[in-house]
Amino acid sequence: MQRALLAASFAALVCSVVGVFVVLRGMAFMGDAVAHSSLAGMSVAYFFGGSIFWGAFAWAVPASLAITFISRHAQLRLDTAIGIIFASGFAVGIILMSRVSNYTADLFGLLFGNVLGVSWGEVLLIGLVAGGVLLVIVALYKELLFTAYDATMSAASGVPVRFIQYLLPLLVGITTVASLKAVGIVLVLALLVTPAATAALLARRVPGIMAISVVTGFVSTVAGLYLSFHANLPTGPSIVVVATGLFLAAMLFSPSKGVVWQAWRASPLPADDAAV
Amino acid sequence: MSSESTLETKESAGARPASGPALVVRDLWAGYNGKPVLEAVSFQVDRGDMVGIIGPNGSGKSTLIKTVLGLVKPMRGEVSVLGREGAPERHLVGYAPQTELVDWDFPVTVSDVALMGRYSRRGLFRRTTREDREAADESLELVKMFDLRDRLIGELSGGQRRRVLLARAMAHNPELLLLDEPMAGLDATAQHQLLDILDELRAKGATVVLSTHDLSCVSSRCDKAACLNRRLIAFGKPSEVLNEQVLGETFGTHLLMVHLDGQAYAYQHHTHPDGFPEVDPLPEKPDKHD
Repeated sequence: MQRALLAASFAALVCSVVGVFVVLRGMAFMGDAVAHSSLAGMSVAYFFGGSIFWGAFAWAVPASLAITFISRHAQLRLDTAIGIIFASGFAVGIILMSRVSNYTADLFGLLFGNVLGVSWGEVLLIGLVAGGVLLVIVALYKELLFTAYDATMSAASGVPVRFIQYLLPLLVGITTVASLKAVGIVLVLALLVTPAATAALLARRVPGIMAISVVTGFVSTVAGLYLSFHANLPTGPSIVVVATGLFLAAMLFSPSKGVVWQAWRASPLPADDAAV
Repeated sequence: MSSESTLETKESAGARPASGPALVVRDLWAGYNGKPVLEAVSFQVDRGDMVGIIGPNGSGKSTLIKTVLGLVKPMRGEVSVLGREGAPERHLVGYAPQTELVDWDFPVTVSDVALMGRYSRRGLFRRTTREDREAADESLELVKMFDLRDRLIGELSGGQRRRVLLARAMAHNPELLLLDEPMAGLDATAQHQLLDILDELRAKGATVVLSTHDLSCVSSRCDKAACLNRRLIAFGKPSEVLNEQVLGETFGTHLLMVHLDGQAYAYQHHTHPDGFPEVDPLPEKPDKHD
């Protein structure tokens, strides 16, 4: 339980921070694609008895770079590039897994996570990867933010925009891999997007959004883990359900953007100073 | 560009010689995917001048600005910014893109955006300093946006948005300001406010190059006009170059000219965004109907 708690917390922390950029840039589908396609890497590793984590990692890094490359050079829309990588990797993964005898049980673990079975070695690994990603984000925060907001202007200011545009998807890819053990392939998207989306409803500026996202992600993970432990429910889905509950609460009751308060006010907006 | 004269400038420019033209463009060909948009463009902007680039949609105004910024690589010819060939020194050039190209839903405040203008003075991994914040505040005051500094950018009006972009472009005290369509969508009052701010900056020694559809602004407020339609049709004092022949050549047939109070106004049909004449002969298209 201790190990599960630590592993899931690391995953939640890094997902909540990276998730803010994912939500701001509209990259949700891309994170999902990297996670799904890395099933191929995990299956190869599983098939040959290697580490599933490194299998996923080895697949996710080129997959995220490939998505960026294809969308930059093949003059395809980003979602098309993502669709290709998404489906092909998942298909290869399923084919490989189908050759393994206890197919269903193993596949289930990969798809939906199995955080209660995490080893200390894996906890350490998840912690190190999460720490590395966070370190990069702290170091390049202002460049990541500027490029996410306005890439052209950012390039005009001398920010290495191309590097940043490859870096962010890469960070997203690595983050999903680090979180696979906790919530699994199918649900990692929820951990990436839901806390950040919740925070975007509650805070105005990016730093505040990040702080609230981390708190939301952490609370969801801990509460979800306890819920699954005591009610004997699957862990990943429990975490996601709690996170979604928090999001719904924010959507209804956010002081500035909540549906309830907006309906409550139901009066014209306060007089704004005249437009120039 | 090396020059003998050593004029003193008003801004704290350091050891760099502040002489010679602000911008030299020589036989410039530039475009995208191997196809030139700009063809054989040459002109020179003196320090302290305000130059207005006019031309129809698709005439290469934005491409020219992006090439000067070093965002588009020239296919042929050269650009020299503040006496330096190739990519300009970032912190000496300020740039404001068209407002349509900016994500106004992004959760940043007015002062966050102004502060981004200082990033070119800070390298990678470096945090912004107190000096950066003060400079950003100063430029917000200059564009009269200081009182709104804690507003989210999504809450601003059109004119306020332009002024925020201008504040960002000048937050690092650039010597050359490149403004892409800074006046589009503004009413006359807001346009004049903006032009007054630009005059203040020029009084401090800055050079301004802006693109616009608005002939009257160029003829009344700019030192030089650059009439562009993929080629440079004319370059010079507005009173000398803004005549019917040049404007007809610049805007093609989609132009209606009106003279009012000694100023030339041109109205242009926007129904053909690519309504400029093809200069290159098109390759023969395969017949799809067999």
